Amino acid sequence: MDQCAKQHAIRAVNLTKRYGTARSGAVTAVDGISFTVAAGSVTGLLGGNGAGKTTTISMLLGLLLPTSGTVEVLGVDMVRHRHAALPRMNFSSPYVELPHRLTVRENLTVYGHLYGLKGVKRRVEELAEHLELTRFLERPSGGLSAGQKTRVALAKALLNRPELLLLDEPTASLDPDTADWIRTYLERYRFESGATILLASHNMLEVERLCDDVLMMRQGRIVDRGSPAGLLARYGRTSLEDVFLDIARDRANGDDARREAADAAE
Amino acid sequence: MPPSDAAVLAHTNPVFSLRRVGAMVLRYWYLLRGSWPRFLELAYWPTMQMILWGYINQFMASSSAWVAQGAGVLVSAVLLWDVLFRGQLGVSVSFLEEMWSRNLGHLFVSPLRPGEWVAALFGMSLIRTVIGVVPAALLAIPLFGYSLFDLGLPLAGFFANLIVFGWSLGLVIVALILRYGMGAEGLAWIVVFMLAPVSAVYYPVSVLPGWLQWVALSLPSAHVFEGMRAILFDGTMRWDHLAWAVGLNVLFMGLCTAAFLYSFHQARVRGALLQTGE
Repeated sequence: MDQCAKQHAIRAVNLTKRYGTARSGAVTAVDGISFTVAAGSVTGLLGGNGAGKTTTISMLLGLLLPTSGTVEVLGVDMVRHRHAALPRMNFSSPYVELPHRLTVRENLTVYGHLYGLKGVKRRVEELAEHLELTRFLERPSGGLSAGQKTRVALAKALLNRPELLLLDEPTASLDPDTADWIRTYLERYRFESGATILLASHNMLEVERLCDDVLMMRQGRIVDRGSPAGLLARYGRTSLEDVFLDIARDRANGDDARREAADAAE
Repeated sequence: MPPSDAAVLAHTNPVFSLRRVGAMVLRYWYLLRGSWPRFLELAYWPTMQMILWGYINQFMASSSAWVAQGAGVLVSAVLLWDVLFRGQLGVSVSFLEEMWSRNLGHLFVSPLRPGEWVAALFGMSLIRTVIGVVPAALLAIPLFGYSLFDLGLPLAGFFANLIVFGWSLGLVIVALILRYGMGAEGLAWIVVFMLAPVSAVYYPVSVLPGWLQWVALSLPSAHVFEGMRAILFDGTMRWDHLAWAVGLNVLFMGLCTAAFLYSFHQARVRGALLQTGE
C-alpha cells in the first residue's frame, strides 16, 4: 500500500456520473468531484435531496460505474479491483433492507459467511449483545421496528469489523433516544477500531457531533468543505443547519464566505 | 493494533469461494424451510402433472399402439419436462427473491462475486428440482407400476442436460429482469412453455413440419426426449442425441452467461443494483 493510501481511506478524482444519453436527455448526478477522506476520520456528506450523495456513495462501493474519473478506496481502484477492498469495508442504509422473511440470526449468519468470518455464530451473538439485539435474533427481520431494523443493519455492517464504514442516513426516521444510542455506538466503534466512517446525513446535529470533516454537495458538486466548527465560523452561523440552508439556497453569507467556500472546495 | 478481521480477509479473498456459494445456498434454504406452503408447492405441481399424464398414458396405451409400445412414455416425458421447467424456475425464483427483498445492494457490496451468486442459483435450482420431481417419480411406481429409474444410467444424462438447459434459460431471464426491471418478471413463468412445442416432449420430432424440425433439433431438450423415446421404444441408447444435447448445452450456456454478464455490467452502469426491486 503506498503512503497516499495509508493517509487517505478514499480518494476521488474528477468523479462524474451521467445518466442517459445526449439524445434522451442526459442527467449529470455527480459532476467532476474530487476529494479525499483521511484514514481514521469521520466525514459527513451533506446536501439536499438530489445533491448526488447516494450516487457518490454507490460509486465508492463499486455498485455504480462512474462515467469518468477515478475512485480509490483503501488504495484500491473500485472500478477495476473492487473485490480487493470489499472485505475491508461495509455499508448500511435504511433504504436497502435485509430480507424480511429471514430471521435476524439467519440474515447475519449468511452475511457472516459471505464475509468469510471465522466463528460466525460467536460473532453474531457478540454483535447482538453489543447492539441489544439478542432477544430479537429469532424474529423475522421484517417484523422489527425501525429502530431495531437500524440496529440489525448496523450489526450486518460491523460483522467484518470494517476499516471503512459507509453509512447512508444511519439514524433516519429514528426517535431521538434510539438515534442518540446509535451515534454513541458509532463513536465507540470508531474510537476502538480506528475505522474511517463516511456518513451521508440530513441531521445536522448528528454531523456536528460525529464528524471531523464535512463535504457539502449541491447539484452534483462539492461546493464547500471543512470541519463543523470551521464552517460555522466561515459562514458566521451558530448552527450547521443554517450553514446547510445557506449552501442549499446558494446564499453564502457575504462575498468573503462565498470566496472562501470556493477555495475550500478546491 | 493487530490487523482487523477485514484486513486478514482481504488477503485471503479467493476469486471463487465455495464458502460464499454455500452462504447463498443457505440464504435460499432458510427462505424455503421457513415456509411449508413453499415446500409443498415444490412437490405439488410435478405430482399433479404426473398423476394426470399417468392416467392419460394408461388410457392411450389401451387405444394407441404407439403409446402401448413404450411403457410409461408419457409419464417419463412429463417428469423429465418438469426437470427442465423446475431447473429454470429454480434459478429465476431465487433471483426474484433478491429483487422482491431489494437485497442486491447488500449482496454486491459484500465480497460475493457474480459467478459465485450464479453457482448458488444453480445449486438451489438443483435442490428445488430434486425436491419437486423425485417424490413424483417415486409415487408413479405404486400408482402406475412404472419407474422412471428403469431408464438406468442414461437417466442421469437426460437429467443433467435438461437441468443445465433450464439454468441457461434462467440466466437469460435474470439478464432480462436486470435490464428491464420487474416489468419482465412474468417471463420467469412463461418462457419455458414457448419451447414446449418444439422440444417434442410428448411426440417425436418427425411430427413437426420440416422447417420446425430444424428449430427443434437446435434445442438440447428435443435431443433428450428423442433419446428417451429411443430407449423406451427400441431399447437403444442414442449417443448421437446425447452428444448433440451436450454440445448445444455448452453453446447455450456460453451465450446465456455472456448475456447475464453484459446485463450485470449494464446494471452497474445504470445503478440498478442499488435501486432495482418492487
